[in-house]
Amino acid sequence: MNVVNQILPAHNIGDYVPMIDGPEKVSGRAKYTADLLVPGSLAGRIFRSPYSHAEILEVDVSEAARLPGVKAIITGADCDKTFGVLPIARSEHPLARDRVRYRGEPVAAVAAIDDATAKEALRRIKLKVRELPAYHTAHEAMADNAIALHTHRAKNIERDVYFELGNVEAAFAAADLVRQATYNCAEVCQNQMEMHAALADYDAVRDRMTVHASTQVPYYVHLMLAQVLGMDMSRIRVVKPHVGGGFGCRTETLNVELIAALLARKAGGCVRIVVNREETFITHRGRPETDIRLKIGLRNDGRITGVECECIQRGGAHSGYGVVTILYAGSMLYAIYDLHNVRYIGKRVLTNTPPCGAFRGHGTVDVRFAFESLLDQMAREMGLDPIAVRRANYLQAPTFTDNDLMVNSYGLPECVDWVERQSGWKERTARRDSGAVEKNGAIKKGLGFACSHYISGASKPVNWTGEPHATVKIKLDFDGSIVVLSGAADIGQGSTTILAQAVAEVLGLDLARVRVVTGDSEVVPKDNGSYSSRVTFMVGNAAIDAAQNLKAVLIAAAARKLDARPGEIECLGELYRAGAQDKGLSFNDVVTEALKDSGTITVTGTYSTIPESHGGKKYRGSAIGGTMGYSYSAQVVEVSVDEDTGVVTVDNVWVAHDCGKALNRLTVEGQVQGSVWMGLGQAMSEEAAYHEGLMLTANMLDYRVPTIQDSPPIEVGIVESIDPHGPFGAKEAGEGSLAAFLPALTNAIADAIGLRFNDLPVTPDRVFAALEKRARAAASKRNGGA
Amino acid sequence: MLVMEPYKEKRDFCRMARLLSLTLNGRARTDAVSDNVLLLDYLREIVGLTGTKTGCDGGECGACTVLVDDRPLLSCLTLAARVDGRRVDTIESLAVDGRLSAVQRGFHEKLGSQCGYCTPGFIMASAGLLRRNPRPSEDEIREALGSNICRCTGYVKIIEAVQHAAQLCQEGLTP
Repeated sequence: MNVVNQILPAHNIGDYVPMIDGPEKVSGRAKYTADLLVPGSLAGRIFRSPYSHAEILEVDVSEAARLPGVKAIITGADCDKTFGVLPIARSEHPLARDRVRYRGEPVAAVAAIDDATAKEALRRIKLKVRELPAYHTAHEAMADNAIALHTHRAKNIERDVYFELGNVEAAFAAADLVRQATYNCAEVCQNQMEMHAALADYDAVRDRMTVHASTQVPYYVHLMLAQVLGMDMSRIRVVKPHVGGGFGCRTETLNVELIAALLARKAGGCVRIVVNREETFITHRGRPETDIRLKIGLRNDGRITGVECECIQRGGAHSGYGVVTILYAGSMLYAIYDLHNVRYIGKRVLTNTPPCGAFRGHGTVDVRFAFESLLDQMAREMGLDPIAVRRANYLQAPTFTDNDLMVNSYGLPECVDWVERQSGWKERTARRDSGAVEKNGAIKKGLGFACSHYISGASKPVNWTGEPHATVKIKLDFDGSIVVLSGAADIGQGSTTILAQAVAEVLGLDLARVRVVTGDSEVVPKDNGSYSSRVTFMVGNAAIDAAQNLKAVLIAAAARKLDARPGEIECLGELYRAGAQDKGLSFNDVVTEALKDSGTITVTGTYSTIPESHGGKKYRGSAIGGTMGYSYSAQVVEVSVDEDTGVVTVDNVWVAHDCGKALNRLTVEGQVQGSVWMGLGQAMSEEAAYHEGLMLTANMLDYRVPTIQDSPPIEVGIVESIDPHGPFGAKEAGEGSLAAFLPALTNAIADAIGLRFNDLPVTPDRVFAALEKRARAAASKRNGGA
Repeated sequence: MLVMEPYKEKRDFCRMARLLSLTLNGRARTDAVSDNVLLLDYLREIVGLTGTKTGCDGGECGACTVLVDDRPLLSCLTLAARVDGRRVDTIESLAVDGRLSAVQRGFHEKLGSQCGYCTPGFIMASAGLLRRNPRPSEDEIREALGSNICRCTGYVKIIEAVQHAAQLCQEGLTP
């Protein structure tokens, strides 16, 4: 028996792989920005506007400046540069100048020898203003007589989107049933566990700035620091330590990072700002409050004939991601079902509330909630199975949608089949239809179904430079360890682990040989950042490319040493050989041979999206929504509704997610469960509520994040459609399952008690009020009839 | 224990410091600590044990959970002065000879930790649970972790992590 023949390369893709940075996180050794204690650093604090909308007459810092221990104070006068995530909409100042536009907007900042002194200094700052009319709803801000928050945006409309593809009126005329409904989704906040923090260290001797920031996109922070500080980019270094979640709010550069740097430069030292939870809430960059009017035409066979969707987002006081969010809401009507004849009317409105931004499922969630709700309602009305209605509208991949989105892999049918089977949908709905309703006193049971989808990274980066979409470097030296260098920001989603897995898999090596270095602009290649679920797809492909390039170098070295042709070399990870009879070379011997050429080896891998994935030109902004691959999700939610109290309990969730290929089943499950659960929070309890622009829910008790006692079991089915462009066939797993939960929940409630909730969150008081209303109506009908 | 007499003259009472003696992660230590310093800030800013996290403005999230005499306690709602003479254990104390404890392994191997920020609090609350109840039911796990918030996992894998940890404890590991 030939023992050599039993040697196999190490393999990890598709396994349950715990995160490679897990040991640091569970032992308390992982350092987050607020954990970086620098002796001698100054404490930074931010003075915020108590007004919703006001003209700044004076920011008097003279008394604060006289306080011993205060080392620097800055106001809007210290920086006339603007920042913002979109090159077309950079109108925000790090500290307000001339005007404040929301309660909580930074106006001044202090750096002092300790936190108590900084706090005292804030108390001594005097802000004199002339108050202006404030608009806390989209409706108020769009009124005819409203003054503009930003002079270049008349009527406070940040972006007006309109498109019609096909003929919507004819489509409605051809339908057997046309229904219209309105929906309201409350504003929700990411509320990531780590509060915002930044540590800025200015080297006055060399005129260099180093900023540690809790960011999802260190590259954007780098760009905006250069812009705001007026410094050459080469003088700036951005470091991303461990980050305690982001969910989108950290894709934008935040005031706190820029303010820390401005203070550090003025003080000539190191400034640490750790904002508190209330400050994190009142500057949240979450999902905007959204009003939707949706109209769908349906044929008796379940086919959708046409769709009209009007979407109004209360965007908050600055542009932020607004233009992109309102475009996603329209473009992502497509790419899940075979739709023709769609009209979309979107308005992104500027209001005197905190600026909204990108939140997990960016732009797609609220519209998907409306769509899947109305479809369910219409299916019931027509006596059709809601699942059968989805089946009647599947796409046939590969295809391009009417708005030119490229769909190559489409695992939605398998997702739907899995949740239908796993939840016992057929048997249970048949039982219900036969009249055998599951009842337990006042507790009513119901099942709801819905689907959703998401992109695997926007095909066109926000700052399109012509560079590859992603770049990864690998260093290999005498020690034989594989050092992967990437700018991809691990924010807890596990991107570092995926990169290690991808490289190890290609080289056939154990993960123990691979180390990943990320998050320091001084060392790692630039990355476009962790947003829109791009990292596994884009950076994963670049990592595979880099590993293949390294493998080619190693094979060439082995061939030289073994006196063979490269094509004859078999790479078995720890062993390279020329044919099964060859005893071959160990990995370390191959490395030694390879280093003879150049010494330390560095290879580069890149990935670029293909032009076909960039979306079309049928309407302004139609590139938004373009991606290399869409993930798909289907969910069944089981609820119990207590008709005495209005309390809704989620008993079970079955979710199937098409992630192309699960590179790491453990982290895919974790991402899908986390998405579903975040949808649960938005659907059932979370709401950023305001009184005259003052956030009433700026803490984790009033902003009700579900606890472990509120949270259901979530069973995950993984569907692998193997995307032709994905790394090992993979697509995204971290966002696509969020949206479907919301309508699956309200569909389940409708199934249980026959009442439809179109306004989120569905809190017990709302359910109770609806039950009471129905009971009163029934009573008055009885009385009237008597 | 040395307790300084309160100053008689009029001055900011909060700035008065006393000597605080405690057993922190198995080691006796004494520090001069102002009366108004929270246990959380004492651990993080004075001792430099930053494994314990600040996640909210007071008692909302559980990220700062530590064990005081084996009982989970929110260090953000506890004055440092209150633990004088007590035994305080933080996340940094759990590893045994550099190896992960049962609860740490549970959270690592079952992905009870994603971004990791709430993790020290969850792990200390779970360790407290397993020290007093080595075989908790799922409901007992939910109850013990009911005041900790995680924003990443949806809690499903946190429950699996604690169940896995309980199993490892049965096999002889310390919680």
